[in-house]
Amino acid sequence: MINELGHFALVLALALALVQGALPAIGAARGDNRLMAMGPSLALGTFVFIALAFGALTAAYVTSDFSLVNVWENSHSAKPMLFKVTGVWGNHEGSMLLWVLILSLFGAMIALFGSNIPPDLRANVLSVQGWIAIAFLLFILLTSNPFERLDPAPFEGNDLNPVLQDIGLAIHPPMLYLGYVGFSVTFSFAAAAMISGRIDSAWARWVRPWALAAWLFLTAGIAMGSYWAYYELGWGGWWFWDPVENASFIPWLAGTALLHSALVMEKREALKIWTILLAIITFSMSLLGTFLVRSGVLTSVHAFANDPERGIFILMILIVFIGGSLTLFAIRAPALKAGGLFQPISREGALVFNNVFLATAAATVLTGTLYPLAMEALTGAKISVGAPFFNITFGPLMIPLLLLMPLGPLLSWKRADLYPALQRLFWIAALALIVTLAVAALTTDQPVLAALGIGLAAWVMLGAFAEIWTRAGIGRTAPATSLSRLGGLPRTLWGTALGHFGIGVLLLGVVCVSAFERETVTEMQPGDTASVAGYRFAFEGVLPVSGPNYSEQVAQLSVTSPWGNVFAMRPAKRIYQARNMPTTEAAIETIGFSQLYISLGDVAADGKLVVRAWWKPQVTLIWIGAIFMVLGGAVSLSDRRLRVGIAERAKSRRKQAEPADASA
Amino acid sequence: MTRKQKRLAMIASIGAVLMAAVLLVMYALRDEIVFFYSPTDIVTESKARPGQRFRLGGLVKEGSIDRQGETVRFVITDTEQELPVTFVGILPDLFREGQGVIAEGTLSGDGFTADTVLAKHDENYMPKEVADTLKEKGVWQGGESTK
Repeated sequence: MINELGHFALVLALALALVQGALPAIGAARGDNRLMAMGPSLALGTFVFIALAFGALTAAYVTSDFSLVNVWENSHSAKPMLFKVTGVWGNHEGSMLLWVLILSLFGAMIALFGSNIPPDLRANVLSVQGWIAIAFLLFILLTSNPFERLDPAPFEGNDLNPVLQDIGLAIHPPMLYLGYVGFSVTFSFAAAAMISGRIDSAWARWVRPWALAAWLFLTAGIAMGSYWAYYELGWGGWWFWDPVENASFIPWLAGTALLHSALVMEKREALKIWTILLAIITFSMSLLGTFLVRSGVLTSVHAFANDPERGIFILMILIVFIGGSLTLFAIRAPALKAGGLFQPISREGALVFNNVFLATAAATVLTGTLYPLAMEALTGAKISVGAPFFNITFGPLMIPLLLLMPLGPLLSWKRADLYPALQRLFWIAALALIVTLAVAALTTDQPVLAALGIGLAAWVMLGAFAEIWTRAGIGRTAPATSLSRLGGLPRTLWGTALGHFGIGVLLLGVVCVSAFERETVTEMQPGDTASVAGYRFAFEGVLPVSGPNYSEQVAQLSVTSPWGNVFAMRPAKRIYQARNMPTTEAAIETIGFSQLYISLGDVAADGKLVVRAWWKPQVTLIWIGAIFMVLGGAVSLSDRRLRVGIAERAKSRRKQAEPADASA
Repeated sequence: MTRKQKRLAMIASIGAVLMAAVLLVMYALRDEIVFFYSPTDIVTESKARPGQRFRLGGLVKEGSIDRQGETVRFVITDTEQELPVTFVGILPDLFREGQGVIAEGTLSGDGFTADTVLAKHDENYMPKEVADTLKEKGVWQGGESTK
């Protein structure tokens, strides 16, 4: 019964989305306030019904209702409760339902928190959100219905793919979707602005918090996915330049560019056309990512079984939305007036530089990702484009960007003097140079590139705080004055500094682990010892252990560090009974920022097994850097909301106060 | 500089960045792409040069897996031709006899030396290239097994 209600709620949501797509936009076109005012309630209604459908599917998973094909294929009664719930989106149908749930959640949030947006713009935004919802609800109902029944209901389910039975599934997809789908809001704003023809700095002010929120979640989602793949797959890799990874990375690059160009548009009313185009491109790349992941047209290490029929449906959605928005753009863009003028050396100039490099980088990653498809279509040759391609093309594009990153925030708007800015960075440059030379001297057997990379990371990390340092007048005024100035700085400044610092931390981790990683592969039997990077590990034997829905062979390793302390590590090989599918559970020991990573091969009948061990120096900095970036985004967001909120509240208070004064 | 000159300078410098990126991409696409071949492509048509990196795809031949310590030997077949493969390291969890597989590496002497064996997360998943080749040979129909 609940299942039918869920299915019905989904159909009702589609009906509401159809109305949401039509009426507010018609209202905006005719200037009819009543029609426009329907937008928020319709958006809330769509959200409520999709949430009901999602709740019904969750209930089916929790109660292990195998009369649903989807639950039967992906669940098992012995599965722990956490994985029963996360299993809802651990499959194609459920993950698409999560996708539209988050889409409608953003619609509901615009309805609730968008009261400061002009009514016609908001009506158009909600209508565009409605169209996206219509497309994806149709997709779910026509090709990927999670409420399809199975008769007779089987006694037991097929279980969730063991690789997905992990806490990572609880965090990674929702975060990633909040990011992917969050950019639908900036897309809707761009489309709505073009429909209503109002494109100014106020538009950028409304859009920027949404772009920032989406960017923050996308960053967290990608970082979480990277760490999940790192510990779960047992290959010790944290980024493979795999099509599925690139599918999330391209919108990230475009979204990062959007964040910076919207700043220029807000402060100086310049780069309007480009910012609108970026908003369209960013969401188009999110849609493309959804298509690449869901259609399986590209061979990926993260691929799951999928159905090409569905790919064609998403491709149609892709063509309609990208084509439609670009057509609208082509009609409207020439009418836009150019905004504020600026000199090449200025804050605007620096942000344009940032945008050129980020957009070019996004384009190269896109080229490498789609090249195999193009080659196969044109010549029939089957090829793959791997990590070397991306390292050669993406790396050189990032270096100028990172080199100039500390400089940008020090330049003033409109017209800047290069000399004082460089002067402020002098000591940081000197420190970075010392770091480079010190690393080069200490690691004479390593390529010089590693030392240069670490120097660059130091430059970015220290340089991130140059603006705060200058603004607080540290070293030039009394410490007490500096301290009080620090407290008075706007939070966005701290947000920028934290975000840029995070990039530096990430870079440091990437360089260290790429240059100084050590690896050893060896066959061991009980009593054998081996070592990697000074860590000696002794293999003591294998213990069988049984879990709720799996049994495992746990290798007992005793590890001695170079300083003599001893600890145990327990890598394992699991077999999940329901699918009879093995997984590798790597053992990871974190020492400082570094990690010792041990993974197992098959256990042979005579007790011998192959052990693969890595020493990964400073590897955790990669994800710690991402945490700093997310923090920076959150700090920035809190500043904006506070300021916008205060202005609004002050205005409404004045409004309330006025009649009171009159009566007095 | 006049406004027009400034704009020209800006466009020229953006163009220079794009040009550099295009050159990088072209250079990388010439040297860094990896072709996918089936054993037939290699054995009867000798499509790969010695030393060239490529991906070899097919099925793992039944009864061909031979583990010697950390070295594993197995045979990849497309049912017409087959090629022995040597790999050092840990094979992916879902590597099994009779299953689809993609190995990446180079030709060496009598066979193929792989440094990567592509894994999959899902036992129903068949790498697209392998599925296409096997369909051409009429060995595997696929697609229906997921439901």
